[in-house]
Amino acid sequence: MSSTRKLRILVAKPGLDGHDRGAKIVARALRDAGFEVIYTGLHQTPEMIAAAAIQEDVDAVGMSIMSGAHMVLMPAVVDLLRARGGEGIAVFGGGIIPDDDMEALRAKGVKGLFTPGTPLAEIVDWINANVTPRQ
Amino acid sequence: MAGEKDDLESIAARREEWEEKECRESFGRIPARLPRFSTVSDMEVKALATPADVPNMDYERDLGFPGCYPYTRGAQASMYRGRLWTMRQFAGFGTARDTNGRYKYLLSQGQTGLSVAFHYPTLMGYDSDHPRARGEVGKCGVAIDSLADMEVLFDGIPFDKVTTSMTINGPAAILLAMYIAVAEKQGIGQDAIGGTIQNDILKEYIAQKSWIFPPRPSMRLIVDTIAYCTEHVPRWNTISVSGYHIREAGSTAVQELAFTLADGIGYVQAAADAGLDVDAFAPRLSFFFNAHVDFFEEVAKYRAARRIWARVMKERFGAKRPDSLRLRFHTQTAGCTLTAQQPMNNVVRTTIEALAAVMGGTQSLHTNSMDETLALPSEQAVTVALRTQQIIAEESGVPNTMDPLGGSFFVEWLTGRMEADALEYIRKIDDMGGIIPAVEQGYPQREIADAAYHYQQQLEKAEKVVVGVNKYVMEGKIDIPILKIGEEVEAEQRRRLAALRAGRDGAEAARCLEAVERAARGTENMMPYFIRAVKAYCTLGEIIGVLRRVFGEYKDPGMF
Repeated sequence: MSSTRKLRILVAKPGLDGHDRGAKIVARALRDAGFEVIYTGLHQTPEMIAAAAIQEDVDAVGMSIMSGAHMVLMPAVVDLLRARGGEGIAVFGGGIIPDDDMEALRAKGVKGLFTPGTPLAEIVDWINANVTPRQ
Repeated sequence: MAGEKDDLESIAARREEWEEKECRESFGRIPARLPRFSTVSDMEVKALATPADVPNMDYERDLGFPGCYPYTRGAQASMYRGRLWTMRQFAGFGTARDTNGRYKYLLSQGQTGLSVAFHYPTLMGYDSDHPRARGEVGKCGVAIDSLADMEVLFDGIPFDKVTTSMTINGPAAILLAMYIAVAEKQGIGQDAIGGTIQNDILKEYIAQKSWIFPPRPSMRLIVDTIAYCTEHVPRWNTISVSGYHIREAGSTAVQELAFTLADGIGYVQAAADAGLDVDAFAPRLSFFFNAHVDFFEEVAKYRAARRIWARVMKERFGAKRPDSLRLRFHTQTAGCTLTAQQPMNNVVRTTIEALAAVMGGTQSLHTNSMDETLALPSEQAVTVALRTQQIIAEESGVPNTMDPLGGSFFVEWLTGRMEADALEYIRKIDDMGGIIPAVEQGYPQREIADAAYHYQQQLEKAEKVVVGVNKYVMEGKIDIPILKIGEEVEAEQRRRLAALRAGRDGAEAARCLEAVERAARGTENMMPYFIRAVKAYCTLGEIIGVLRRVFGEYKDPGMF
């Protein structure tokens, strides 16, 4: 596959949380920035997200959680991706995430974390700097 | 106010002259700060409003008196001189015992009503031990799996003195059944309890997204609760038609107004179609609006809401009782205006928003806590939020006069403009066949997503300012104490559920669930079946599980 192809990003909403304003805005912004974007819709289990990421052959998965379940659900997706041969897929996330939790999430493989008020350009820049097309 | 025609023409002519002469001169020296002045919803506003901007307004027809048709100036004749708005902080976290402690604290601090925040598994109809509940238990609200949890939640809280609002939609009928059962144990009949279930499923599809069943069976459950309460629980507000979440999802103020009232119209139509008398149930419909930070736009929104609803109920549905025509509403300050950056600024935003709600004549109010972009509120933060209301109520003098902004040329112009724009949306929805087909086509959802993206782009370009986020930014974080919910809550709920299932009369529970299933397949009112099932300690997840089998599930179309 050519290394100049568009990056494919899966925007996902894990858990029961219905707050999708942020996820949808980020999905649009990433599309407007030239990425190929797939949005899972709401109420996805970690298994559903990992399966979609593998099946759609994405380069990165971005998750949005506003409900406080991030410490359980985000690492669960990382682990499932690794178990299914998707260890090269970059994982990032956003939502209401206290500072203490951020370090723990980074240690568990959620590399980029964006809290409320983050300019969209910052997320785009992070993807350009940290995500490369998988071979 | 609108004067004689000749006066208006002379005012309009003088205004033009003023713009040409005095304004030109003044702005020649001091240029306008912005190329365009608009509300947070991006509605352009006038530099100055005069009587010529409200030329057709008729005082008695369009404004009238508080407590009188068309209720523009307020829902009651006594307004806050009689009773202040109910101070009702939305609260719930961890186990029922944790939240019961918070309720008792809030009541001891002068709060006057309760408002229950349920955790996501309850909102979505799953028990805490369901695989889909993992990581979510007690996080976003209180974990309620069965009547046993409700008994703990309201332990020591007298239902004859306190009214309770429950933010619950898909499973609303079942939580109401649990509340009725707890009241009975307190020795209080269902005819004596007062409160509200949100029970507004249409805005779930539109904005809040905590749905379970598809629209049509959901509407049946709502009509069942309306019919049951009209007969047996007369002091219960059967629906809180909610614009709050529509606004939080990124709508404009006009969209919030229009889609909320369109939802209200949808419920009245559904109940009328089921053969209920509009004047029997309409008095118990209530509303719930957002208080965003654009002060005048919000005040105008509440005033327009009352006027539109009164006319809709009278003209479209032929309602006759004053209580059917008058729109009563709860307000919550806008969570989406709070910032994680410089969180103490949120106290100021919330104050402005709360003031708009009071100036707009709200019946009840929740003020957000400064820490809500970081976590659920700490006790310290929620106390400041409650004190904000108490300061407005008892120090500011604002509640002493009814509709104090009524008659402001600008506020009346804005009220009329928002009314006209909202009616245009309602007409479009009528043309689609009503709100249910509109929701099924994703129309309000798309309008809101577009508005949310438009606003975000304005923020990115700094066309709209959020202090501390895209202007007056400070390096480093300002720490405030936050509340954390541990994973032990999930383990505790699992233990409680296991004990409940082992300790109850299993045969009776099974019989109750079978009866629920039969009723769901038929056309009877389901409320008596839910009441019997919760009293037999069937869990919420078990009852909803039966209904899922009969009604099916709604799935997110995943548009963005």
